[in-house]
Amino acid sequence: MSNEVLHAHAEALTVHGDHHEHHHQETFISKYVFSQDHKMIAKQFLITGMVWAVLGGLMSVLFRLQLGYPDAHFTWLEDILGKWWVKDGRITPEAYYALVTTHGTVLVFFVLTAGLSGTFANFLIPLQIGARDMASPFMNMLSYWFFFTASIVMISSMFVETGPFSGGWTAYPPLSALGSASPGSKTGMDLWLIAMALFVVSSLLGGLNYIATVLNMRTKGMSMTRLPLTIWALFFTAVLGVLSFPVLFSGFILLIFDRNFGTSFYLSDIYVNGVGALQNEGGSAILFQHLFWFLGHPEVYIILLPAMGMVSEILSTNARKPIFGYMAMVGSMFAIAVLAFLVWAHHMFVTGLNPFLGSVFVLLTLLIAVPSAIKVFNWLTTLWKGNIRFTPGMLFAIGFVSLFISGGLTGIYLGNSALDIHLHDTYFVIAHFHIVMGVASMFGMFAGIYHWFPKMYGRYLNNTMAYIHFWITLVGAYLIFWPMHYEGLAGMPRRYYDYSTWESFKQFADLNKFISIVAMIVFATQILFLFNFFYSIFKGRIVTKQNPWNSNTLEWTAPIRPGHGNWPGEIPEVHRWAYDYGKDGKEFIPQTTPVGAEESQH
Amino acid sequence: MTLYLSIAVIVLIYLVIFQISKASEYVAILKGEEQNRKNNNKINGFLMVGFLIAGLFGVWYCNHILFDKTLLAHDAASVQGEKVDSMLKWTIAITGIVFIITQILLFWFSYKYQEKENNKVFYFPHSNKLELLWTVVPAIVLTGLVIFGLRNWLYFTGDAPNNAMVVEVTGKQFGWIFRYPGKDGILGKKYYKVIDPASNSLGLVWNDSAELNLKDDPATHDDIVTEQVMYVVKGKPVKLIIGSRDVVHDVGLSQFRLKMDAVPGIPTTMWFTPKYTTEEMKRITKNDNFQYEISCDQMCGNGHYSMKGVIQVVTQEEFDEWMAKQKPYYYAAFPNKDPDNLPPPATDSISTKPTPVVITTASDKSTIVKK
Repeated sequence: MSNEVLHAHAEALTVHGDHHEHHHQETFISKYVFSQDHKMIAKQFLITGMVWAVLGGLMSVLFRLQLGYPDAHFTWLEDILGKWWVKDGRITPEAYYALVTTHGTVLVFFVLTAGLSGTFANFLIPLQIGARDMASPFMNMLSYWFFFTASIVMISSMFVETGPFSGGWTAYPPLSALGSASPGSKTGMDLWLIAMALFVVSSLLGGLNYIATVLNMRTKGMSMTRLPLTIWALFFTAVLGVLSFPVLFSGFILLIFDRNFGTSFYLSDIYVNGVGALQNEGGSAILFQHLFWFLGHPEVYIILLPAMGMVSEILSTNARKPIFGYMAMVGSMFAIAVLAFLVWAHHMFVTGLNPFLGSVFVLLTLLIAVPSAIKVFNWLTTLWKGNIRFTPGMLFAIGFVSLFISGGLTGIYLGNSALDIHLHDTYFVIAHFHIVMGVASMFGMFAGIYHWFPKMYGRYLNNTMAYIHFWITLVGAYLIFWPMHYEGLAGMPRRYYDYSTWESFKQFADLNKFISIVAMIVFATQILFLFNFFYSIFKGRIVTKQNPWNSNTLEWTAPIRPGHGNWPGEIPEVHRWAYDYGKDGKEFIPQTTPVGAEESQH
Repeated sequence: MTLYLSIAVIVLIYLVIFQISKASEYVAILKGEEQNRKNNNKINGFLMVGFLIAGLFGVWYCNHILFDKTLLAHDAASVQGEKVDSMLKWTIAITGIVFIITQILLFWFSYKYQEKENNKVFYFPHSNKLELLWTVVPAIVLTGLVIFGLRNWLYFTGDAPNNAMVVEVTGKQFGWIFRYPGKDGILGKKYYKVIDPASNSLGLVWNDSAELNLKDDPATHDDIVTEQVMYVVKGKPVKLIIGSRDVVHDVGLSQFRLKMDAVPGIPTTMWFTPKYTTEEMKRITKNDNFQYEISCDQMCGNGHYSMKGVIQVVTQEEFDEWMAKQKPYYYAAFPNKDPDNLPPPATDSISTKPTPVVITTASDKSTIVKK
């Protein structure tokens, strides 16, 4: 509906000619705050995501401080953070667990879900499929503001007297259900649940919109098989989110009932020190884990797929060569999206899960390695015999592939239950998912930011700072997470505040210090990136070319600084797929170019 | 002072980087965009190979300095662990080969095919042969790994041998309680509502209670309950029946390469056959302080990191000797029933970290009655 209105509106604009910029009576509020323009909403998601990334990163620096220097006394931290967080110059266990938990929650959901697909789905879907805006701009706006509210509630949980939630981002009951078992499970957990519920609403509003837009609002000629891989990826991401977030939501509702209304969905046979035996009987703590991981595993792909899509696009554009195996790429993403729903219990091999059921999940889990392998080899072949330009976006895309290989291969260990029984919940897991999901997706996000920044702000980011940012981050990421595999192979459990009393794990004190130092350097480098980002919004080199990367996709046919509605006149028509690079001796052929008579293999 | 100084240094570094970056941007504009891109391309292409070589060296060096600190440096301490280790080595070999090949290709291609003026791009949108190749080959390799894994998995999770010794392990914030079935070989009934931290930490049913519909179970009368340290016998399979008193814990046995969650209300099991006594492991690991540690591997609260238990693997004779010294837990609660009528060795929870709240028996009883 809204598309038609906008369309008619845009036609009216062309009639009015030069006056079209003054046509909108846009106020500051409607342009920058309650904006319904998908581009502005994308920027809102991006900048909120960045704020969260800084907070989440800072939290990791703080708990790395504890892990690297368990005996040191940072009295100045006490002055900054206060007595609850730092006592006697040491981060308290309560604070440590609160930091670990919030770091996980925030980075998984607020940064790599909202910040990543919120930003790029909003920004790229209408621009790359040739639509004036989302199917429902209003829902889109609501999606951001629900996310914003969730953020406020989450931040406020940092300031309550009993502290923020501290039971791990997976929030397993009974720990998360019983305030008497952990102070973090009191008010902090209530706020955490409210924030997450609001977040789910935001994510559903966004996801439904993305699906509707991709399915209904493609421009003339843009068949599904001509979509850039970014759009396919964002589409599958939205489908995953819409189907799995409600399950998480139901899990949270039951948890809220158990916490506040005396039900026993997750609780049974519990005796809490200092409180006594609880009345709850007949519940199953494992039920929550099923509900949680039914989202939790697709969530991994919700984080990863957008990065894969953007990386495919950026690799192809900057290798000046078509993406290899477009249909195989779409097919493997589809396979990943389907399998994502069938592997959740591989997080639960050691919960006492029926061993036969476990073996089914082993099979399905390792099956995911096949489409992943296809993607990797297709990316490698895309680079082969290309003409590669190392733009910052391209560097991060290559870094993504490297990290995806490294982290993906360790998934083969953990997906095999007979190894998971040894490596589960050790630092091996931390290394695995930080590389493959955390850092790799972060790299996808950086690649996207560097690549589309000119389209977002009409200016370039500074290249030198970008190169420094890339190389330090890539080297740092490997220095931080590679050695953690060895800690995992020593059986070192995750989520420990202090290892010094453990005969089996205390040999890594030096290594932990090293990792903490690198983590701080990498964090400082991200500040450099942020500076580059915000500085370049206002002072960066101005983009003068409509298509700075000589790219085929539609967004580069829009004006350098597109207004609301994206294209001033008609929406361009599409005649071909997005990857005609280096075809018939031509450098690139945009999607809008009609197919010539003597063109080879169309 | 040092704090302000270090802040000043960091700010200075940022400023320098910023100035260099700005300057190089101006230079780029002067030189022209094309020239600048070529320069950047060369530098980054070179760094790509540099990173590849340094990275591969780093992988070797990391292994060189850290391998001895991992468990792979010496034998697994259980029969099951051996299988885990051999599977681990196979998986490392296979993924290692893939890792090295793909990373070399990635960075080598990046270097080799960097932009050059007379470079002809090869228009190569797809090839069914190649795509089939890298669908089928990974699928076959993975099938091998799945079969290998599932055989072990079904063995690990299968029934324990009949001669296995049974020990019940119960996690609580933040420590472990162990129970042996005693002379009758049967673990008596327990019910969490009769738990009393002072005299009945597991809630063994040894009193009649009409209110709770419980009947004294004589099988509880000879059960042995210990905390902190569990004794098992070298070469004899041991089956753990695992439970939790409060939140989810996990019995992590890194030396035996196994672990299993402790879930309140849902008993789980795990069995293994220890290969070496603690004393033997001290020699194997060349560490006089060696202990088989039980680490809690599932986030269970603020004392999670201190939830340690110890397994003492001993010979059958030593075990029998130790067992002979143990008194049924029943006698601690009912000293007058003890044939020796000696003051029983009642112990409260021994954990490395004291429980946060001091519990008195009286208040506990009142809570139970109240509910």
